[in-house]
Amino acid sequence: MTDDELIWRIAGGSGDGIASTSQNFAKALMRAGLHVFTHRHYPSRIRGGHTYVEVRASADPVKSRGDGYNFLLALGDSFARNPQEEAYYGNEEVKPLSENLDDLREGGVIIYDSGLVDPDDVPNFEERVEENDWHVYDIDLRTMAREHGREVMRNTAGVGVTAAIAGIDTSYIKDLMRDAMPEKILEPNLELLDLGAEHVREEYDADAPDIAVPEGEHEEEQVLMSGSDAISYGAIDEGCRFIAGYPMTPWTEVFTIMSQNLPQLGGISEQVEDEIAAAALAIGASHAGAKAMSGSSGGGFALMSEPLGLAEMSETPIVLVEAMRAGPSTGMPTKPEQGDLEHVLYTSQGDSHRVVLAPGTVEESYDHARKAFELAYEYQIPSILVYDQKLSGESTNVPASHFDREPNPSTGKTLTESELAEQPHTGDGKFHRFQHDVDDGVSPRSIPGQENGRYLVTGNEHNPEGHISEDPDNRVAQVDRRLEKEAAIRADLDEDSLLAPHGPEEADYGILTFGSQQGTVEEAVDRLNDQGHSVKALAVNELAPYPVEQVTEFLASVEDAMVVEMNASAQFRGLTQKELGRFGEKLHSLLKYNGNPFEPAEIVEGFETSIVEGGELPGHETKFVPAAGD
Amino acid sequence: MSAFSAIDDDREIERDEYTPGMEPQPTWCPGCGDFGVLKALKGAMPEVGRTPEEVLLVTGIGCSGKLNSYFDSYGFHTIHGRSLPVARAAAVTNPELQVVAAGGDGDGYGIGGNHFMHTARENHDMTYIVFNNEIFGLTKGQTSPTSPKGHKSKTQPSGSAKDPIRPLSLALTSGASFVARTAAVNPNQARDILVEAMEHDGFAHIDFLTQCPTWNKDAKQYVPYKDVNEDDEFDFDPTDRAEAQEMMQETEEKLYDGEVLTGVYYREDDRPSYQQEKQAIGEIPEEPLAERYFDEDYEWERSADLFLDSHK
Repeated sequence: MTDDELIWRIAGGSGDGIASTSQNFAKALMRAGLHVFTHRHYPSRIRGGHTYVEVRASADPVKSRGDGYNFLLALGDSFARNPQEEAYYGNEEVKPLSENLDDLREGGVIIYDSGLVDPDDVPNFEERVEENDWHVYDIDLRTMAREHGREVMRNTAGVGVTAAIAGIDTSYIKDLMRDAMPEKILEPNLELLDLGAEHVREEYDADAPDIAVPEGEHEEEQVLMSGSDAISYGAIDEGCRFIAGYPMTPWTEVFTIMSQNLPQLGGISEQVEDEIAAAALAIGASHAGAKAMSGSSGGGFALMSEPLGLAEMSETPIVLVEAMRAGPSTGMPTKPEQGDLEHVLYTSQGDSHRVVLAPGTVEESYDHARKAFELAYEYQIPSILVYDQKLSGESTNVPASHFDREPNPSTGKTLTESELAEQPHTGDGKFHRFQHDVDDGVSPRSIPGQENGRYLVTGNEHNPEGHISEDPDNRVAQVDRRLEKEAAIRADLDEDSLLAPHGPEEADYGILTFGSQQGTVEEAVDRLNDQGHSVKALAVNELAPYPVEQVTEFLASVEDAMVVEMNASAQFRGLTQKELGRFGEKLHSLLKYNGNPFEPAEIVEGFETSIVEGGELPGHETKFVPAAGD
Repeated sequence: MSAFSAIDDDREIERDEYTPGMEPQPTWCPGCGDFGVLKALKGAMPEVGRTPEEVLLVTGIGCSGKLNSYFDSYGFHTIHGRSLPVARAAAVTNPELQVVAAGGDGDGYGIGGNHFMHTARENHDMTYIVFNNEIFGLTKGQTSPTSPKGHKSKTQPSGSAKDPIRPLSLALTSGASFVARTAAVNPNQARDILVEAMEHDGFAHIDFLTQCPTWNKDAKQYVPYKDVNEDDEFDFDPTDRAEAQEMMQETEEKLYDGEVLTGVYYREDDRPSYQQEKQAIGEIPEEPLAERYFDEDYEWERSADLFLDSHK
């Protein structure tokens, strides 16, 4: 545990402005030269309920949430339900304080709003404070805010208090407030920020806690971005100008960003009746010539199974986003999990053939969104981007230069009218849209409205002209052609591969993971090597077509490997064993499915206890499943 | 210059152009009402002045879904119940296409019922033909959403306990701006209604009665029929929602008493189509989106220029 970093947790109820306050705080620290990473925890309800956002800030790059945290701002939940302790959900009024104590590090700071939170309602509060050497600041932020502005502005007063204790230069925060707030609320907010800070300086000894914000400097300009922002921007840079969707958490983020921006780019966004329609609209738009996308989260994606198969059979390029959340069924709507992997890989009838990419970082969310479009349109195949609430809800600083790329509006092998005239046609002028013998299995296409381009496309098996056909030879030729694309796509992905092992090349042990856990695993690997272990990691973020060669090479080079994923049935380990057909005796699982993403320390502990020492994990947060053979 | 020179081609069009040169013979049963739809559609296209390559005919699954196998234009034979969402996206991506969707009563009023309501509500500028034979044909004669109450079939051995869907009323309530019923036995009326529907700026729904001589032998052949717009027996104004509603109710009930009423039941000409509504609020570009991907001079926007400042 290090305190050369600040991990500030702002806690309150849903609807109290926790998210926006934390976003500004993170951005201010980024502007001050620090690396930042946020982690969001919130319930599926509009008003009230245990909510927090952590902002981790360090002079060195940060890739993950930290292990616990060291600075709490407990604001009170203004929409708390039933204040009785024996209530089903417990005493919600006090949760911003009580629910956050377990993770607070020794020597940490607690600021709580004594206007809303009564520590007498927190069991053993005084004893715990003493035991853990916590520094407590009880400040009536609510009254302060009421007297100088409005009650909701207590967040700002709390940030002022934080700044004074941690020694943060408030000028960055003030600049951000000036950018975002209308004049009427700006003045009282600025005043409250200073008042909060002054209060601390007057009433407390500012040097008491041993936590101060570190100093840092960025070598180049940074932007604060989430995975959802990056996916949306990647889509826009690929010329995507059509999106259709239906709201569902956490997919709604991409849908919202795209819907707010597409009209100004001459694009089209359609909010429709259900997810079957949403995916079918993406197919219709792509068929008519646009670069199109749709998406959903687990339950909504289930409705897309049918159109997904149509996109495969009709060879219509589309990109779908699957923003996973804890399932089955409605599950835990606002909590991250990686339990939809098999759903995404195999859903829809028949032999599936699709691209599935799972970005591991914010940068890769942009890169994979671009790659998903490029592959979908080059190979006339659906591409799926699978991520989760962890990556969608966390923001981190990324060099602005990462996004300084040229757009690629190419729709792949789409013919112009003059090219169409040269193509094979039936005697009556129908274009051969689905030719048998073509490079990489990709037969060029026309767009409705083009002269010499008319053809029929169908979800039935069809002949080269697109007409329904159940002829066995044609069937085999068409299936083989469509499946041939997979090898070509794999080769395409390998050309400028984003797959990169992390850690010493000659390491004894390996950790495999996929998607959003990448940063946390890499931080754990760094720590393990610092502690004298020999371990490296590979985040397998290209899931279909599976990178057999790279993963084989990685696993062949290590004695034993731990597979880290956020689900209960080890789906990614299962996929790896299926694809490789070996290494079953080497692959152990570390699983977590309680609604919270891994902390680096849990991976460190899982590795040391289970892989190195062969012992059993003491806690209930994670679960170790030893190798079972092939 | 448009990348789609088939669009707005103002040459003379022959109805035979819509007959495929290869295998033009449909596989429908002899006496099937579906022939009537095909004939009426081929007859209507030259009158609307649309060439095969500016027409996109999107179908669902069922006997009716084979329509675009026998009609030579751009065609998309989709999946059961999903012709409308595919069709309406094509219609917003390239509003200059003539988009026609078609399917059966199970396809449109059963499995695709939600899409039907919402496409009607949005008032997309397109035509939707529902082949209504009051039965599931391709799966061999099961009770469908429009089968009369008491209809017996292998899957409803004691007779259906459900009242049938009211297709015309449903279209009106959902927001369609043109609602008609015609019958395969009346190809001239059908052609005229199809012309009117395609020329209408908005969602035009046609409930097309198509007799099924194979699986629905008990049902009438939809003769004799009466045209509610022509016959003196009826006096209503199809531009008046309340009167149209009343006429539809009567028509829907009488069908099950053996009386076949047809005609244009409702039309709302001054209501803007979805495309027009969206263009008015800047949510559909003036030039069809489909054109942009062929425009080599178009300057594609970059996210770095548009959005990065807000993240700094």
